[in-house]
Amino acid sequence: MSASLDNTKSYLEVNPGWRNWVVTLDHKRIGMMYLCGILAALMLGGFFALLVRTELFSPGAQIVHQDWYNKFFTLHGAVMVFLVIIPGIPAALGNMVLPIQLGAPDVAFPRLNLASFYLWCGGATLLLLSVALGGIDTGWTFYTPYSIETQTAVLPAVSGAFLLGFSSIFTGLNFLVTIHKFRPASMGWFQMPLNLWALYATALMQVLATPVLGITLLLLFVERFMQIGIFDPTLGGDPVLFQHFFWFYSHPAVYIMIVPAMGVVSEILTTFSRKPIFGYRFIAYSSIALALFSFLVWGHHLFVSGQSRLANMVFSALTFSVGIPAAIKVFNWTATLYKGDIRLETPMLYVLSFLILFTIGGLTGIFLAVLSIDVHLHDTYFVVAHFHYVMMGSTLVAFLGGLHYWWPKLSGRMYPETIGKVCAWGVFIGFNLTFLPQFVMGSRGMPRRYWDYDPEYTLYHRLSTIGAFILGMSMFTVVCYLAWSLKRGKKATQNPWGGSTLEWVAPTPPTVFNFPEPPPEVELYEYDDLHEVENANQDGVTNWERRPAANKPARSSHH
Amino acid sequence: MKVCPAHRRRVLDRFVLLVVLVGLTFGSAFAPASAQPAVPPGTPAAAPAAAAASPAAGPPAAADMSWWDKKAAEPYIYDGTYWLPPAASTTAQGPDDLFIWVLGLSAFFFFAITGAVVYFVIKYRHRPGHKAEPSPAHNDVLEITWTIIPTIIVVILFVYGWRSYISMTSIPETRAENQIMVTGSKWFWTFRYYNGVEDNVLHVPHDQPVKLTMTSTDVLHSFFIPVFRQKQDVVPRRFSYIWFWPTKTGVYRVYCTEYCGKDHSLMKTKVVVHTSGDYERYLAEAFTRQMSLSGAPLGESVYKKKGCEGCHTLDGSVRLGPSFKGTFGSKITLADGAIVTMDDVYIRSSLLSPQGQTRPGFPPSMPVIPLSDKEIEGVIEFIKAQK
Repeated sequence: MSASLDNTKSYLEVNPGWRNWVVTLDHKRIGMMYLCGILAALMLGGFFALLVRTELFSPGAQIVHQDWYNKFFTLHGAVMVFLVIIPGIPAALGNMVLPIQLGAPDVAFPRLNLASFYLWCGGATLLLLSVALGGIDTGWTFYTPYSIETQTAVLPAVSGAFLLGFSSIFTGLNFLVTIHKFRPASMGWFQMPLNLWALYATALMQVLATPVLGITLLLLFVERFMQIGIFDPTLGGDPVLFQHFFWFYSHPAVYIMIVPAMGVVSEILTTFSRKPIFGYRFIAYSSIALALFSFLVWGHHLFVSGQSRLANMVFSALTFSVGIPAAIKVFNWTATLYKGDIRLETPMLYVLSFLILFTIGGLTGIFLAVLSIDVHLHDTYFVVAHFHYVMMGSTLVAFLGGLHYWWPKLSGRMYPETIGKVCAWGVFIGFNLTFLPQFVMGSRGMPRRYWDYDPEYTLYHRLSTIGAFILGMSMFTVVCYLAWSLKRGKKATQNPWGGSTLEWVAPTPPTVFNFPEPPPEVELYEYDDLHEVENANQDGVTNWERRPAANKPARSSHH
Repeated sequence: MKVCPAHRRRVLDRFVLLVVLVGLTFGSAFAPASAQPAVPPGTPAAAPAAAAASPAAGPPAAADMSWWDKKAAEPYIYDGTYWLPPAASTTAQGPDDLFIWVLGLSAFFFFAITGAVVYFVIKYRHRPGHKAEPSPAHNDVLEITWTIIPTIIVVILFVYGWRSYISMTSIPETRAENQIMVTGSKWFWTFRYYNGVEDNVLHVPHDQPVKLTMTSTDVLHSFFIPVFRQKQDVVPRRFSYIWFWPTKTGVYRVYCTEYCGKDHSLMKTKVVVHTSGDYERYLAEAFTRQMSLSGAPLGESVYKKKGCEGCHTLDGSVRLGPSFKGTFGSKITLADGAIVTMDDVYIRSSLLSPQGQTRPGFPPSMPVIPLSDKEIEGVIEFIKAQK
């Protein structure tokens, strides 16, 4: 097959037409299809979020009654977690960028890659089927015994999540093998871009943790069908066991969501500061540390579930340990800005937002790791706000940053910069307005997953709803202008941001096998050789050209 | 420790609040806590359904309302600090102190990091003539320092959190009167006292340890009293425990915080902390009142206390189950097509075996509610009276 493909042409030009796209084995096309699916799911999940927030504008029924409200928050959670955030950075951005950053023509198993995408489609279809069958009202966590007895469409949703798990495993497996086998001889582990370290750590978790989700959902499936008595207390089962199984996957899943975001942030931060990343090794090791710790902290979701005090003690201690690698990363990123030449383009605005939002998300995690405080805050809006700061404020904001950063490379077009910046501010302001008030009402005692609430929380709910609409409008605008730019955007140059990694050596858009000729060796995060050329193409877009610096200043390397 | 901890906490609290407020320039934060809208007197909780599902919160006919039900119906006025509800139990001390410390610590790190980011972005922003200056790409001493400092901090926090958690969960000796059985059911709470009194409102004495033994009749629930800072999941076919030592009389909120289906958000009630003597008076008078009930009034009490009114209305409107209005004696069609008379026999069998003779159009969701023969007779009389 490869013989018939012309590697001097852009991957978008060779074999156009949807018939060729749907059977493509090209990682960039698969990534693009993932991206379309994920952005569609993002809008669907966002729509459910706005329904939830609209209902909560005042106490009592606003637009719907309890049963529909319960379905809305369940679908919001399930769509956002399983369809958007988990695959978001690895499967869409990672797929497009990982082989190019390695200087490789594709991932190790292109067919497995396509299979992963179709499993995602299958899972998404089943989730949508559960919406069509009247929705599901268990919460995205499917806690037993409620999920065993509810009359809503649990089975399609559970089967959907099961398939999505395999999609995630396939992606992870592919990335692990690709990084091991396709790394060029000149690129040692510590010459890899930090994005690859992060994707590697993520892939480890995807491969090791996701099977447990599959097993758990299968057991739930069987329990509903055949009443075998694993989780159902009336048959001698243990509903709390489900929580252990579920979080044994879903806690690592939190790191499957956040660790790749950290990789994206590292890339953008160094490029837009025109400086090597500070403390490369510490950041790389802390990605791996997070991946390992992520398997040992699931019990903090069960602090008030009836877990023994000894187990609570151990899980509390282990949970604190997660804070250390996370803190190291934040300090190192901040230090990277020092003495830089900071360019505030849209991707950088998202990354600076990430730094602030992730700091809040991480610090509020400390409250929840302290056992005695957690007893009060567990299952309140404080927790809701905390994990939204991590999942949405950090992961999704980094995803948006990465999307803007690599969009010119992969689509061959620039997005409109001014409106991009306005939307980045809109996301930051809207997000904080949505979730800061939730910390306050949560610590005052407002429980989560409440359709109705007591009047003393009204002000905070209203601020939160207003924020959600600002956030929603900003994100919707982003999707619109990206779609617009596909045809109308300015033509992108080879290296519009001055990135130093291999994807910026590849043509824009990359050719079918990424590089028309074998890529040169580049020194990681070395910016002295890159020179800005304004108005480099007919659309007036900047390009950064590589030529040796006249007087190369001495600087210590990161080895 | 003993030198007026409340005062120290308040001062700290205010300081942290000030720092956080100024920093975040977050409009709503300037509203003083006491200015939050409280429930205006006489306003029922919110939606009409709220009153239905949590019987204690709704205003029953004032005439036959007991003094303790009147007390429980008093409006709740939020008078906590900016961050935390009022502390009304000894179990609140540990977590509250830690909360303020962690808040201060978080505020410090937040401003340090954000401040550095903003400062660097302004100082080193790109502008004509500005270039990145050579600077070290790593610094082991610095990096090890900022690995060790967070490590020390989290170890300290872990130890204090663990110690206060142990004291929050170590249940002291409790007299029999203060040992209360709690049952969570979709979607109401039942409290059973040592003398057999059952209530949907939790009544507890001031300044004595109280122990709750909790279980669920159906799905997971979680019992949460914000002012006591106590929360524990309630699991079917298991007992879980919680305790507190009320330090402030008054009426406070109780929530269910584990999602339990449709009316999860309406599964709330009140806890009344009585002054010394009032609690014993409540137990005695509620006992007399409960014993004196029979027939339709007992049935009405069961209807309200056991959560029947969450699904079965008296006004003919349909919820999860059929309404009781004017049904007694009528012919009804069952799910299997049989036609039976809605009479004493049908009601009795439906209570004892709810899934036995279901009616079409209603989900088979009614649980078995344990009732005495006297209570079943009462329910029959009560339904009979709904013309």
